[in-house]
Amino acid sequence: MADLTSEFVGIKSPNPFWLASAPPTDKEYNVRRAFEAGWGGVVWKTLGAEGPPVVNVNGPRYGAIWGADRRLLGLNNIELITDRPLEVNLAEMTRVKKDYPDRALVASVMVPCEEQAWKEILPRIAETGCDGFELNFGCPHGMAERGMGSAVGQVPEYIEMVTRWCKETTSLPVIVKLTPNITNILQPAQAAKDGGADAVSLINTINSITSVNLDTMSPEPMIDGKGTHGGYCGPAVKPIALNMVAEIARSAGTAGIPISGIGGVTTWRDAAEFMALGAGNVQVCTAAMTYGFKIVQEMISGLSQWMDEQGHTSVQDIVGRAVPNVTDWQYLNLNHVTKARIDQDACIKCGRCYAACEDTSHQAISMSEDRVFEVQDDECVACNLCVNVCPVDNCITMETLSAGATDERTGKVVSDDYANWTTHPNNPGATAAE
Amino acid sequence: MTQSARANGVTAGRIDATQMQSNFSDLHEPYDVHEAVVAADRCYFCHDAPCMTACPTSIDIPLFIRQIATGTPEAAATTIFNQNILGGMCARVCPTETLCEEVCVRETAEGKPVEIGRLQRFATDTVMSKAHPFKRAATTGKTVAVVGAGPAGLACAHRVAMMGHDVVIFEARAKGGGLNEFGIAAYKSTNDFAQDELDWLLGIGGIEMRYGQSLGQDISLTGLQQDFDAVFLGMGLSAVNALSLDNEAAENVEDAVSFIGALRQADDLTKLPIGRRVVVIGGGMTAIDAGVQAKLLGAEEVTIVYRRGQNAMAASEFEQDLAQQKGVKLVCNASPVAIVADGRLTAATFAYTEVQDGTLVTLDETFTLPCDQLFKAIGQTLGDMPEALGLKGRKIAVDATQKTNVPGVWAGGDCASGGDDLTVTAVAEGRDAAMDIHATLMGAN
Ligand SMILES: Cc1cc2nc3c(=O)[nH]c(=O)nc-3n(C[C@H](O)[C@H](O)[C@H](O)COP(=O)(O)OP(=O)(O)OC[C@H]3O[C@@H](n4cnc5c(N)ncnc54)[C@H](O)[C@@H]3O)c2cc1C
Ligand SMILES: Cc1cc2nc3c(=O)[nH]c(=O)nc-3n(C[C@H](O)[C@H](O)[C@H](O)COP(=O)(O)O)c2cc1C
Ligand code: SF4
Ligand code: SF4
Ligand code: SF4
Repeated sequence: MADLTSEFVGIKSPNPFWLASAPPTDKEYNVRRAFEAGWGGVVWKTLGAEGPPVVNVNGPRYGAIWGADRRLLGLNNIELITDRPLEVNLAEMTRVKKDYPDRALVASVMVPCEEQAWKEILPRIAETGCDGFELNFGCPHGMAERGMGSAVGQVPEYIEMVTRWCKETTSLPVIVKLTPNITNILQPAQAAKDGGADAVSLINTINSITSVNLDTMSPEPMIDGKGTHGGYCGPAVKPIALNMVAEIARSAGTAGIPISGIGGVTTWRDAAEFMALGAGNVQVCTAAMTYGFKIVQEMISGLSQWMDEQGHTSVQDIVGRAVPNVTDWQYLNLNHVTKARIDQDACIKCGRCYAACEDTSHQAISMSEDRVFEVQDDECVACNLCVNVCPVDNCITMETLSAGATDERTGKVVSDDYANWTTHPNNPGATAAE
Repeated sequence: MTQSARANGVTAGRIDATQMQSNFSDLHEPYDVHEAVVAADRCYFCHDAPCMTACPTSIDIPLFIRQIATGTPEAAATTIFNQNILGGMCARVCPTETLCEEVCVRETAEGKPVEIGRLQRFATDTVMSKAHPFKRAATTGKTVAVVGAGPAGLACAHRVAMMGHDVVIFEARAKGGGLNEFGIAAYKSTNDFAQDELDWLLGIGGIEMRYGQSLGQDISLTGLQQDFDAVFLGMGLSAVNALSLDNEAAENVEDAVSFIGALRQADDLTKLPIGRRVVVIGGGMTAIDAGVQAKLLGAEEVTIVYRRGQNAMAASEFEQDLAQQKGVKLVCNASPVAIVADGRLTAATFAYTEVQDGTLVTLDETFTLPCDQLFKAIGQTLGDMPEALGLKGRKIAVDATQKTNVPGVWAGGDCASGGDDLTVTAVAEGRDAAMDIHATLMGAN
């Protein structure tokens, strides 16, 4: 069986699956049970400054969207950082770390954007024996209104400044958790790096309104007739998170900084994808909140089976493997020609591919009287839409035309030379191919 | 249709080979990948899942179904085999409708449970042709004798071998598998699955098979106790109950279990003789299996006669429906009073019954069913047992860890007290005995 032990910025854990800072990590009871279930580490629910803790709303905190069969696809929350006193959290963290020395325990922190505040609290938290810090610059609601969370995370200069204060204060690793509520993730990532961060973690939740109650005319979750935007997470945000992780991993300025991948990780495959795009480990919140701590067992068995099958012996082996293949559009090979192929044995004749292609795309699927659906190669632009709307897995696949074959749509013979937009004759800025 | 389709008497070849093959194909078709993923998708990954509690071997059902859903059926198989090394056979033969699937929350929600049995088969089938998934621990030098190569014996042997002990299985017959090989309905275990599974199970290593070794004849309990550090008894129920009626020895009055055993061992079912009119006496799984298979072999009329009401039948509703769907007639509240024979069976006479003040009473009114073959399926019992063993009711008395009253001797499966007489229960008991044997041999107990 593959070795799943993970070392992230010097923090060791038996597997790369950590629970993200959120309700699952809000107290000793939860974290102990999480460790018993097999989680490799936790980022404790974000700690605030000493004194009276924040208060949460006393009505619903969550909104959601569902897929077929009421499968939870996206969750939105308006919860704040921990609403329990600092001392209570610190005492619990100390006990847990002592009993689970082999698991990662990272403290998430959010205090006002003042040097003193950060420099005072980190050493106190370090006394718990925690393995590192995660700076919460991501919380998009409530705390942001108070000048913290994403209010800091949206201003690269603040990120750099606070990170530097922290690095001056502690010798433990400092992970900066980034908010996706920005236009270009590279700027905050660069700022974290410039401030000396050991790693970045992303994404925190995305500003969202999940639904509107049409009886009361208020957004959900609704508190006494009013609602506010919340933070979106769960399977629905994974594509956004994957892209941000990949951007950081492949961009010259930020490449190489360790990344903890977060956002919609629900199965071993999601985790493997994050890691292939450069994440050194992953953090999970919604999947645990939806299915319970036991979900990690599938992540562990699945990742290790896949690693065995692929011949990867350590987690480090897979990190960043897909990064070299993430490129800009302009470098994609325009000589690569594919055509949709329908497996007539698998087809159940629902006609969705036809509707999609005929009504909205390229009229490249024919339909016979007796409901046989066939791809017309002379019209198929290989967009892949039919593949995605077909309800039967693997029923429609994309076949690559080999060199020498003729693309019936363009009449051109397929070449095995690589040629991209930068040299394409239609590109006014094309540079002649040498 | 072959000529002898409606021939009287007990004769072979009532239906042709093609029809026979289709009659005895898989009762539940295996899933293809797409079907499995769609079926797996319906599982809610329940907390402290009721299905798991209902499974006698406590397979982690939500986990293995999720592993199927995420494209790792091999991992799913490991999850199953961790708890139940005969998970492949159980997937085929468990009465899921009264076990895991009965309590599935989607049965509650929609009256349609997640098809746990078929999903289990999908997962286990993926690894049957592959290398054995478990590794043996370093040998301990301890030896364990297992009597009987049925589900209980095999589950016990596999687990103790895995723990590093050396095992010898003593099996009376020339073939292993127990009722998996000789009892389970042919349409539940197709393509010689019982033998394939046995071979695959032995892949763990450390298990020696000795066939033709019968306890009480070729070997004795005291002998085994001398030669081995621990003994596990998994002999099942080798004797059958009798009707105690005249003419019980008449030609074509047979024991249902023997009939099924012969059917399971037949190379060519078109050569297996079956009556035109068949009567089966009993109300359990064996009665249903005998009746259904008689019908599938080409019997024109098959009647199962049970002495109590239909809801008292040990066979599940699903099985009763299956029988009726195959054209088998169920007659309830009737008890056999005479076997009519002139050397050879010609009819059976039954008296109606009624429950009066909680006891079953045979009434005066009778009816006679003409028949040329009659199967008795009125229960199996323990064969001759070593005298030292204490009994509880009609079974070997065991405690919660499957220990018998004789030190160093454990028992499980149909021969032991407690639990239903099911394959899956036999596996659970064999496995639990193995864990206790291991603990005892390693000095923890
Ligand atoms: C017709 C029929 C259909 C059934 N269908 C189902 C079903 O669909 N689903 C289900 O869950 N259960 C079913 N059962 C019940 C199930 O088969 C048994 O509960 C299960 O096989 C019990 O396992 P076991 O290992 O205890 O005994 P067995 O399977 O009976 O195995 C006992 C083994 O011990 C050997 N043996 C016996 N005496 C001796 C001796 N003295 N010395 C050495 N070896 C000996 C036997 O040859 C045999 O190999 C059915 C039973 C019958 C009879
Ligand atoms: C109810 C809730 C509370 C959260 N609280 C915090 C928090 O206190 N600190 C933090 O850094 N992130 C917090 N998060 C964000 C998660 O840590 C995580 O970044 C986000 O949910 C994306 O991961 P997921 O898709 O696996 O849920 C919270 C998320 C939820 C759902
Ligand atoms: S999940 Fe628990 S705390 Fe939340 S509303 Fe339901 S019962 Fe109350
Ligand atoms: S969408 Fe898929 S299943 Fe439906 S008709 Fe098209 S190819 Fe067939
Ligand atoms: S009860 Fe049904 S839905 Fe729940 S875990 Fe078991 S199989 Fe899945």
